[in-house]
Parts: sequence; structure tokens; C-alpha cells
Amino acid sequence: MAVTTSAPAAGVWGTIAQGLTRTTSGIIGLCLVLSVLAFAFVGPYLVDPHNPTDTTAIWGPISSEHWLGTNHEGKDTFVQLVMGGREPIWVGVVAALITVAIAVVLGGIAGYVRGRVDHILLQITDITMTIPFIVLMLVVASFYRTSSPLVVSFIIGLVTWPFLMRSIRAQVLTLKEREFVEAARLQDLGTARILFVEVLPNMAGYIFINFIIAITNAIYAVVGMYLLGLLPSTADNWGLMIQQAWDNNAFLLPSAAPFLIAPMVMIMLFQIGLVTMTRSLEQALDPRLRDR
Amino acid sequence: MIEQPVPDTTPAPRPGRAVSPAPEGRGPVDRRTEPSVLSLRGARQVFSTPRGDVPAVAGVDLDVRPGQVLCLVGESGCGKTTTARMAAGLAEPTGGEVLYRGTALRALGKQERAGFRRAVQYIHQDPYASLNPVRTVHSTLTAGLRRHGLAKGRDQARRAAIDLLERVDLTPAEDHLDKYPHQLSGGQRQRVAVARALAMDPEVIIADESTSMLDVSIRVSLLNTLGALRDDLGVGFCFITHDLAVAKYFAWDGEIAVMYLGKVVEQGPTPDVVNDPRHPYTRALVSAVCEPDPDLARTKERVRLRSADIPDLTDLPSGCDFHPRCPLYEQGRCDTERPPLVETGGRRLLACHVVDGPG
Repeated sequence: MAVTTSAPAAGVWGTIAQGLTRTTSGIIGLCLVLSVLAFAFVGPYLVDPHNPTDTTAIWGPISSEHWLGTNHEGKDTFVQLVMGGREPIWVGVVAALITVAIAVVLGGIAGYVRGRVDHILLQITDITMTIPFIVLMLVVASFYRTSSPLVVSFIIGLVTWPFLMRSIRAQVLTLKEREFVEAARLQDLGTARILFVEVLPNMAGYIFINFIIAITNAIYAVVGMYLLGLLPSTADNWGLMIQQAWDNNAFLLPSAAPFLIAPMVMIMLFQIGLVTMTRSLEQALDPRLRDR
Repeated sequence: MIEQPVPDTTPAPRPGRAVSPAPEGRGPVDRRTEPSVLSLRGARQVFSTPRGDVPAVAGVDLDVRPGQVLCLVGESGCGKTTTARMAAGLAEPTGGEVLYRGTALRALGKQERAGFRRAVQYIHQDPYASLNPVRTVHSTLTAGLRRHGLAKGRDQARRAAIDLLERVDLTPAEDHLDKYPHQLSGGQRQRVAVARALAMDPEVIIADESTSMLDVSIRVSLLNTLGALRDDLGVGFCFITHDLAVAKYFAWDGEIAVMYLGKVVEQGPTPDVVNDPRHPYTRALVSAVCEPDPDLARTKERVRLRSADIPDLTDLPSGCDFHPRCPLYEQGRCDTERPPLVETGGRRLLACHVVDGPG
């Protein structure tokens, strides 16, 4: 009687941990993501943040003192690299959270409730889709010179949700016709519960992957905005490093290469880690794929 | 909570005994006089399609009483499922009424409507589609219980779920609680679907071809489980099937309504209809049931239809809907006048010009 053949329900986090550690690619992705996160969030406490301008060491080569050389102002590249990871990652995650939350809630409601609500939500989506993102950033940046990372992530989040919203709405439209949704209606479970507990978990893998993709897109967006000079040069930031390297023609100077390449490599490692991790996560979140 | 007072203490007729004809006047006759929980009165469902209106159900009157089985039989496309969906409140009839305890569904207040929703449960045909693939058996069973305050707290809900699984003979219940639907077999899934319906403490269960996806041995065991629910809990059944053998097995003490092209053509107590079918369509259905005994099969009389094709619902024949296929077709009344469904004695209803009246 007490012999339980199936694994006990481990909860969402247990499931995610299990899924990640089950495949090699999941472990590699997880390690990559964790090391980049540690580098960007723990690193700043381990290095000396004091990184003065040194006119005697402009574009210095790689040495024991400057692990990645120095930049056009003679500042240490490695210190900048350590200090510059927090902001793009934060902006990416917050923007992705906002995008996915809006898209899931609005897409779910539009697809499940249909009728007039659907019509209005689709109109809002279409209007939002036409907002030119770069131009909006230009306007915002010129009005508020001191735009904080939070404002940036809000803007990215509030502008990029329509595409995901439309695809989630389409999936809810098909899921809603499935018999188990009708069975839930027969149990009088209430619209909110049916939508968020019965319907949406069926696309958990899809939503999660889109969350990761949204992080990727938001990081690229924020780095791109720095590259275009749309955001003020304030704190250390990987995007800002790339922009400064570009402005100061670092690509012409072999000894300046680390300043240009290092932040790009960091961003790429983070993205590769996320994408590799996601494939295993998708399996973990679908009980039908989990047992194989 | 789940336990219901057993309606009568006399040994209830088991479905397993259905092979021998039950004598008239025995068994749950007292229940036949009970007021019906769920009734359809002239219920119609017309679907508008580009090819014209399709009258899927063209006015049926049916009653489901507690502890009783009403069996709807008929071939594919005759409107059985549409009738069931109207009865379950899943589809609004385009004409006529569905009554719950004598009140029309559309006249029910919010509270009463919620009561109806829980009292009338529906079991789908396909247990592979009717269970949410990402929810465990436990979660599927307890969602409704917790939502309606029938079980409070985690432990109580779990115990209630175990009770439900034991009631549908899915034992050991503990082993199945944390499984996902894809880890269960078809029969087990259908039992979970039945248990989910039972969680709402229903008065009527509408089973739409609920056993047709299962193989024969599992079908019989599920039918026995359903029979036990009917007898012990007094649940009324509206049982839809295209298989007369299943109808005979499950609804021996109940009634059969034979549907053809959206109308009931013959209705009566199961033994009478099966042993003495009057309507030529019912006769054809009964004669089409496979006879396992080869000697009997050789001598068995077969009803030959004049045509195997079902008429198009958008272009129904004049007069009796069945006349283009009917072996007893007589020129004159059959193709001009639609026979009404009239009582022919012995609580039997029949819609035929030729074999009108008893005998």
C-alpha cells in the first residue's frame, strides 16, 4: 500500500533542478549561466572598484597587473568587465519579466474569453506593435538624461510584448477547445483558475523559453542602445564598453582588442548558457517528456 | 462528503445479472415514479452551416431519474452527443427546454445554476483528451473539491481523493494519486474521469460513449463500476452508446431511447425494446448485434434495409425520416406524413405508421 512507484511531487523548483541536471547540455548551460552570474554579481565584491584614469597607460597590453590590458583612458579593462555585468543582466531579466507577464496575462485572457475583450486587447497589441522602439528610446533618452536601468527595462518590457502575446493567444485558442478544459468547466472551477492553472501550465515550456529569449533580446537591446549612444554614459556597463571601444577605434589597434572583445564574449557566453539550459528545462516542465 | 446515504437497503440489482430477463414490476420500479432530476422538453439543436441548417436534434423529450439509467442508442450522427451536451448544459438548445428539477436552465439563478453545474456531470468519450496532461491524478480530483469547500486542507483533500479512487476501483489508490495521465492506461484514465465526476457528488452522470474507447474486458469492468455507483449512490445515468450490447448490459432495469436523425423513434423499458423491437429501425439495430453462437448466427433473421445510406440532415426526406431505408415501407402515408411519437401501452413510445399500436 505504501509502496509508491512514481516519484513524489517535488514541486516546481525540484522539477526544474531535476530537469537541468539530467542532461549534459543542461549541466553545461547551467554552469555557464551560473559562472557568468557569479562573475557579474559576486565579482564586484572581490575586485577593487577604484579604477582611476591613468594617462600613462592608454591601450596598455595584457600584463600581470592589468589582466586584460587597459582602455583608452588607461582604466583597467578587467575591473570594468567585472563591474559592467550587473546592469545589462538586471535590465534583461526585469524587461523579460515584464514582457512575459503582460504577454501571458493579456494573451491568455484574449484567447480564453474571446468576444469584445479579445477585440480590444488585439487592438492594443497592434498599436503597441507599431511603436518604433529605437525612436521611443531616443525621445525618452533626450527628455530624461539620467534614465536609470529600471526605466530602460520598463520601456523595453512595455514595448516588446505584442509578438509573444499573439502567439500565446493563438495557443490558448487551441487549448481551450480541448476536452480537459471543458471538464474543468463542468467542475465549475472558475475562469481564472481554468486559465491560469489548467490551460497555461500546458505551455509552461513555451513560456519559459520565451522568457529566456526575452532576456536575450532585452540584453541585446540595451547593449545596442549603448552602442548607438542613446543611453547616458554613467556606470560601468558591457554595452558602454563596446560603444567606447567602437568610438575610439579599438578595432584598429591589436592591443586594444580585449576591451572590445571581452564584453562581447561575456554576453555571448551568457546567452549560450541560457539557450542550452532552456532546452533541458523545456523537457523538465512537460511531464510527458520528463520520464524519457 | 463523498459518502451518500444509500437509498435503499434491499440488494440492488447488479448489472451482471442483466442476462436473464428481469420480470416486470420488480426491481427499481418505485424509482420510475420519482420526479426526474433532468428533463428535456422538445429540445432542439439546429446548427447553421453554409450548406443550410442542420437539425442535429429535432425535438426530443427525455427524463433522467435518480438511480435510473436512460440509454440513448443510435448510429453515428443521429444526435446522441448533441442531446447529451444540451442535457449537460454544455450547449444551449436552439428550441425547447432543458429542465433541472422542474426549472428551465435559462431561468436558473446564479446559485441554482452552480448547483446544477455540480449535480449534472459529464464523462467524455476519450479519456486521453479529457484529463489535463500536466496535472496529477490528485490535482485533477481535488481541484473541484477544494474549490467548492468540500474538502479543507491538504490532508482532507488527499483522503477524499483516495476515497474517490477506491470508489471507482482504482486500487491501491495511493499508488495512482501522484501519477500523470500519460502513466495510466485507458481504462485507468476513464476511471479517474469518473472519479472526478463523482467528486462533485452528482445526481446525474451523462456518459457519452464513455466505454467505447476501451477494450472489451475493461469495458465490462468499468460498466460494473458505474453500475455500483448507480445502485449504491443512486446516481442517475444518461448513457449514450451506439452498442446495443452495452446498452443491454448496463441499462437492463432502465429505459432505452432509440434515436434516428435527431428524433426518438422508439422508447421503452430496455428488456421490452431489446427483446421485442417494434420500430423497423430498432429491429435493424437489434439484428445487427453480433451473435457469438455460430449456430444461432446462421439461423438468425437479418433485417435488410432498402438502403444503407443515412439521409443528409440538410435535406431530410419527406414524411417519415426512415422511409427511404425502411423494409416495411408502404406507399402513401410513410412518405407524406411524419409519424408522431405515441404511447403504445406498457410505457412504450413508438413513431411508426406501419407497426402502430401494440402487437
